[in-house]
Amino acid sequence: MEFGTGKGKGVKIFSYIVLALFALCCIIPLLNIIMISFTDSSSIDTYGYSLFPKVLTLEAYELLFENPTTIVDAYGVTLFVTIVGTFLAVLIGVQFAYGLSRKNYVLRNQSSFYLYFTMLFSGGTVPIYILVTQYLGLKNSLWALILPYIVTPYNIFLIRTFIQGLPDTVFEAAKIDGAGEYTILYKMVYPMCKGGIATVTLFYLLSFWNAWYPCLLYINKSKLYTLQYMLHVLMGKIETLNMEVANGMAVNYFQQLPEDSLRMATCLVAIGPLIVAFPFFQKYFVRGIAVGAVKG
Amino acid sequence: MENAEKASAGTKGTTKKRKFPKILHKDQLELFSMMFPVYLQVFIFCYIPMAGAVVAFKRYKVSKGIFGSPWCGLDNFKFFFKSMDAGRVIRNTLGYNTVFIILGIICAVFVAVLLSMIRSRKSLKFFQTTMLFPHFMSWVVVAYMLVTFLDYKHGMVNSFLVKLGLEKISWYYEPKYWPFFLVAIYLWKTIGYNSLVYYSSIINVDSTLYESGAIDGCNTWQTIRHIMLPMIKPTIIIMAILAVGNIFRADFGLFYTVPQNSGTLISVTDVVDTYVYRMMFVTGDIGIAGAVGLIQSLVGLILVSVVNYLAKRVDKDLGLF
Repeated sequence: MEFGTGKGKGVKIFSYIVLALFALCCIIPLLNIIMISFTDSSSIDTYGYSLFPKVLTLEAYELLFENPTTIVDAYGVTLFVTIVGTFLAVLIGVQFAYGLSRKNYVLRNQSSFYLYFTMLFSGGTVPIYILVTQYLGLKNSLWALILPYIVTPYNIFLIRTFIQGLPDTVFEAAKIDGAGEYTILYKMVYPMCKGGIATVTLFYLLSFWNAWYPCLLYINKSKLYTLQYMLHVLMGKIETLNMEVANGMAVNYFQQLPEDSLRMATCLVAIGPLIVAFPFFQKYFVRGIAVGAVKG
Repeated sequence: MENAEKASAGTKGTTKKRKFPKILHKDQLELFSMMFPVYLQVFIFCYIPMAGAVVAFKRYKVSKGIFGSPWCGLDNFKFFFKSMDAGRVIRNTLGYNTVFIILGIICAVFVAVLLSMIRSRKSLKFFQTTMLFPHFMSWVVVAYMLVTFLDYKHGMVNSFLVKLGLEKISWYYEPKYWPFFLVAIYLWKTIGYNSLVYYSSIINVDSTLYESGAIDGCNTWQTIRHIMLPMIKPTIIIMAILAVGNIFRADFGLFYTVPQNSGTLISVTDVVDTYVYRMMFVTGDIGIAGAVGLIQSLVGLILVSVVNYLAKRVDKDLGLF
């Protein structure tokens, strides 16, 4: 994009500086976690947390992997919920979006409103909680972390926008060749909308991976904790312990353990896959945002 | 079926023949079956709970279920509004969200405009990637990040204070700082994502507009002021409508896990969603939680409708529906 009369050099430098500062703010907290997880506990005690620790060590990770059952369980649960949840969400979401995009479907407008209304009004957390626990009996079931969350209206409307971007003639030709709707969807729309569907898949992956509130509501067996919820519980435990130690109610059993670095190491292990995958996701994300923005 | 055939004979001109109700055609049935899983899921997890919202008018007993529990009129609502929590919860929710909406839009548009000044693809990609990063982190992880700064014993902020010869501060026990923290954290997490929304509508503006601006001798500021901002106004308004509709909804994670559910901070961190959670699981009063949840949804519905109506009166193309 070219604009302005070439006097914009100052503006450009200003933009670079502000954006660079903002980018730094976005990244530093992560660097903190990484560095603390590698910091030796005695240097934490003497100097506090630092981005440039005096002594680097792997002791937190050694301790973490010495007794990895909790984190391995949590990984298993998170992977199961994320993979199954995303798979189901994309499967039924794309089918619904395809129906919404077919101009000849008689229930098209009604279906659109049926879904849209749920964005405007909901019964609230309480009835959903009672439904899931009392009537569906899903307390302490991983399905409680999946089934209520596999439909996200925004994502479905986004897929519809992607599908509507395809040329109509393609569908007409397929129809003339006698292809059914399922064939058109799976043989033509899927390959042609790869980018769009990938984007929405990532949206779902991210939301399932990061979800901890469902676990707070529905799960109280520690074997079924997701990674995020495990982190939440771990933080609470350390805080209560610190408080009790401060109030003289408990002896700090963890005095010798590298509790700070251990907690950050756990955090890093939990978000590791996300950070590794992030640069690859990013492209699809930006595209999804762009399409969503145009449509509103 | 014969009748239907006869009836459709009149419209022969356009379509060849129309038999039984159109939904029963093979294509239509196929589409219906494709969409059925979502129909069902939404019915179970959205529409049934809407009926279940009557729990707000009930004295809920687990053994009797929602519909079997005795009615209690508006008692749950009265209890909430008479309690000392009501004022605090409503003030915090509306207050934070108002600040979030206003500052959120200003900052995100500002960053989007800055992004549009960057020509180099590499720099652009770098900025976009780093700015999106906070969006990928859950609130729990954000809470961990915050601890690295605010921890009493080892936190970086306290270390810095000590270096300056000042007293350490127990951040998690001092309500007065938290309104600023919460706003800053909210902005940190959302600006990147939102600014990309505005950025994509900026680059969608027809580039001839900028060219003609340049020919007319617009400087950068004039271009932004008179071409860019008016062109992205619809996006700003749609984002604002969505946000206003959610003004009575708060991000549970931001207000619950980020301040580590600290009891001393409750005066500045208690919002509708944390209140509902506390009523459900700590106090155990399902009826009141249901009542507050219902108020939340109704307020949201009314606000979206009103704001949408107003936006449409200003300009027909604005508005969501």
